[in-house]
Amino acid sequence: MSWLFTLDHKRIGILYMIAVLTFFLVGGIFAIVLRVMLALPIADAGNQMGMEMNDTRAIVHSQNATVPDEALNLIFNPGQRTPEELQTDVEAVLTDTAAKNPNANVPIVDYAQLNEARTAAAGNYATKLNNHNTLYNQSFTLHGAVMVFLFIIPAIPAIIGNFVLPLMLGAKDVAFPRLNLASWYCYMGGAIFFIWVLGKGIMNYIVPTLERVWGGGGLDTGWTFYTPYSTETNTAVVAATGGAFILGFSSILTAVNFIASIHMLRPKNMTWFRMPLMLWALYATAVIQILATPVLAITLLLLIAERVLHVGIFDPALGGDPILYQHFFWFYSHPAVYIMILPAMGIVSEVISVFSRKHIFGYAFIACSSMAIAILGFLVWGHHMFTSGQSELLNAVFSIITMLVAIPSAIKVFNWLTTMYNGSIRLDSPMLYALGFIWLFTIGGLTGIYCATLAVNIHIHDTYFIVAHFHYVMVGSTLFAFLAGMHYWWPKMFGKMYSERWAQIGWFLVFVGFNVTFFIQFIMGALGMPRRYATYIDKYQIYHHISTGGSLILTVGLFLVLFVWIHSLLRGKQAPANPWGANSLEWHTVSPPPHANFDHAPPATDPYDYSHWRWKPEIEGYILDEASEPEERQAMAHNDS
Amino acid sequence: MNKVDEHHDPHLAHHFDTPVQQYSSAKVGMWVFLATEILMFGGLFCAYAVYRGTHPEVFLYANHFLDTNLGAINTVVLLTSSLTMAWAVRAAQLGQQKLLVGLLFLTLLGGFGFMGIKTIEYTSKYKHGLWVGTENAFYYKSDSFTNPEKLVGAVEYGESHNAVTPSTESTDSLSEQIKDVAQNDEQVNQPQAVLPTDAQTNIPEANQGPVGLSTQFGRNEGDAAAYNYPEKKPLTYEDLTPQQRTLVSQFFQIYFLMTGLHGIHVLVGMALIFWLLIRSMLGTFGPKYFVPVDLVGLYWHIVDLIWIFLFPLLYLIH
Repeated sequence: MSWLFTLDHKRIGILYMIAVLTFFLVGGIFAIVLRVMLALPIADAGNQMGMEMNDTRAIVHSQNATVPDEALNLIFNPGQRTPEELQTDVEAVLTDTAAKNPNANVPIVDYAQLNEARTAAAGNYATKLNNHNTLYNQSFTLHGAVMVFLFIIPAIPAIIGNFVLPLMLGAKDVAFPRLNLASWYCYMGGAIFFIWVLGKGIMNYIVPTLERVWGGGGLDTGWTFYTPYSTETNTAVVAATGGAFILGFSSILTAVNFIASIHMLRPKNMTWFRMPLMLWALYATAVIQILATPVLAITLLLLIAERVLHVGIFDPALGGDPILYQHFFWFYSHPAVYIMILPAMGIVSEVISVFSRKHIFGYAFIACSSMAIAILGFLVWGHHMFTSGQSELLNAVFSIITMLVAIPSAIKVFNWLTTMYNGSIRLDSPMLYALGFIWLFTIGGLTGIYCATLAVNIHIHDTYFIVAHFHYVMVGSTLFAFLAGMHYWWPKMFGKMYSERWAQIGWFLVFVGFNVTFFIQFIMGALGMPRRYATYIDKYQIYHHISTGGSLILTVGLFLVLFVWIHSLLRGKQAPANPWGANSLEWHTVSPPPHANFDHAPPATDPYDYSHWRWKPEIEGYILDEASEPEERQAMAHNDS
Repeated sequence: MNKVDEHHDPHLAHHFDTPVQQYSSAKVGMWVFLATEILMFGGLFCAYAVYRGTHPEVFLYANHFLDTNLGAINTVVLLTSSLTMAWAVRAAQLGQQKLLVGLLFLTLLGGFGFMGIKTIEYTSKYKHGLWVGTENAFYYKSDSFTNPEKLVGAVEYGESHNAVTPSTESTDSLSEQIKDVAQNDEQVNQPQAVLPTDAQTNIPEANQGPVGLSTQFGRNEGDAAAYNYPEKKPLTYEDLTPQQRTLVSQFFQIYFLMTGLHGIHVLVGMALIFWLLIRSMLGTFGPKYFVPVDLVGLYWHIVDLIWIFLFPLLYLIH
């Protein structure tokens, strides 16, 4: 129980971890449901048709007669024929068969019964297809909404940020510990709304009669809740948007906490340009959360008002403008992409430097590019609406600004590469994930240029190309950086080491699985496979099969990662204070840190100077080499005592 | 470091070094939170700007139904309560207990006054049928909407609770009747709105699809003329095209959403001030500990500030 009322940022971080990973599992299950449905839709349709054919064949065969295939083909594919025309044509075939083969027992077809049976079968098939589509629509909506609102956005700031931010500052806690706990409760509250929606939708699917008991559930709008569909569908839009509204509070409270902590709790000798880059990234993220989340809040409130009161802000029939909804929505949701990726970049900056044993290259550029991305992120929302009918001028402006984001992003990538150049690189699992991040982010970023190019965008709009692009950028990058951070700080969080070998195998499966799943989607999308469809023409089946295969590898990999972590908790070796030889302040305290984090707050020096840490084989960790400590630190230590 | 302060302050949390640091942190946090409030209202201001831009005549017409006097009184009430709140912060800092309690009480009274007047306004709008939602809004009930006679009937009905059968002449002088209604509301000096000479403007019809932010808007030759207002002339119901009449509701949707959200904030502020009042009566606040008073004060000023923008935008601009 003490956990549920804890004000300790470390425990809140771990509470977040349990919750977020649970919802990641839920979102992941729906991802697999989608991929399996997409791998089998043709077979499924074939089975349905086969069953109908058997039903109908039974009617015809009841006379112990053989029905020629040609006649059956006509019966099942009547085309534009009226029943009378069909009857004439089928009679012709039967007569023809009888003429060719006098011994055949040609049936006398009861066309009234046949038509009835066929109509019933078609209706049955339509119902099944409708159910199939409903399940698909609800699954992709829940997959998207759960993953975006419950996993990717909070994952790094709420779990890793909460845990390491005060430690990196050398502080005892975040500025407002009670607000921090409140933020976790907001998160859980919002999540309950989502799970309620999900549970109702799925139960309605499994037991259709339940819908009469508790009404429509589920959500089939996509995670974007676009009007006018979201005001008309009979699914639980209000519950879901209400949940997202509450989640927004969680996001805002965390951001307020981070900004106040970074401003007020920095030790005197940690100037802004001596903060670890992770803190810069979290700071930039918090700024975006502060500026963007309230706009989402008002958008969702307007949507709820529209749905409940029909106020006509977004309904053209009442003078509203659905495009305004998109402007509002993307004013939040595009910056939200940077809420997802900026902290990821912070983690990668830390990991790349530590595992290359080299000072980070271009510190100020990385720090400033975080802020540049945060600012530019607010000016590019219109690129989600190139095909919405907004003016060409707006399109062109948004296209240009969107491409500008490539500059600070590329600055970071080049700085990471330069940091690795001539470094003594250790390929431990955090580093592998960080390298995976660079790979995926580069692919995702470069394909982003395709998406930002107006003419190309028209072609690839709403195809799997877009699906692949945002999975590479949002999932690939965030997930990989999240895993990098989790492996990097795991010893600090739990005081246990994990099996490095199995962690690396896990990385390999995740990396291969991810690329197999999503790279093929670029090709599929460029060929024209639209997104958000439960069925498709045969041409795309092979791509969907490969993609589904990749997603299964990815699943195995992620479960392996989970088992590595659980194994580490149960059987792991005691972790040293500093297993990687990093120099940011969290590594100056024991693992896991005590309640108030530090016995003596360590003096902050250059966080990327590793020269005075020495490997000590007995403890399998690094210890401070007093003799080679910088003079500054010695001077400060002297002043303290 | 971490030495126990000999003058240990019971209000100093363990993770802060000094009360000043704690106080500054709280202020930073509050200001950041207030920034989010501004941005949340920003969405509504944005919607206001967009729809005012796309349907200016409608806004000019519809804002006649708001009671400027009540709005002005409310502005004064809220500004006064802001003054007493600021004074209360000062009283807390100086340790003037009785003054603090009194000022907080006055501030709370201001909140009640504001919400009371708001209730009167909302009630009168409701009686007039000027309410959110397609079901309740009189302009959507086709018989009352398409037929100005019944519209007048609806307005008058709301006033007198007594159905008046409008005379046939009344269709020619709807604005006169509305003015009469306004005078009943002691709303004598209602400024006259203006209308383009050509009442048939080329503002795109909303039900043809998205307007305003879409390519359609601004492409029609008549649009420029529509904004020039060459000749001042009272705006009447007949001057509006059927589409514009439909859109009258939009002004009220925005009015209710903006003032409604603001009203919720006032209620939250009142709850906070009530909490402060209880604590100040217990003598919690003094020169060493006044952060909650200060922060609630900041919140109350933001609520006030938002109203300062709402009042002219909704009530005054013609």
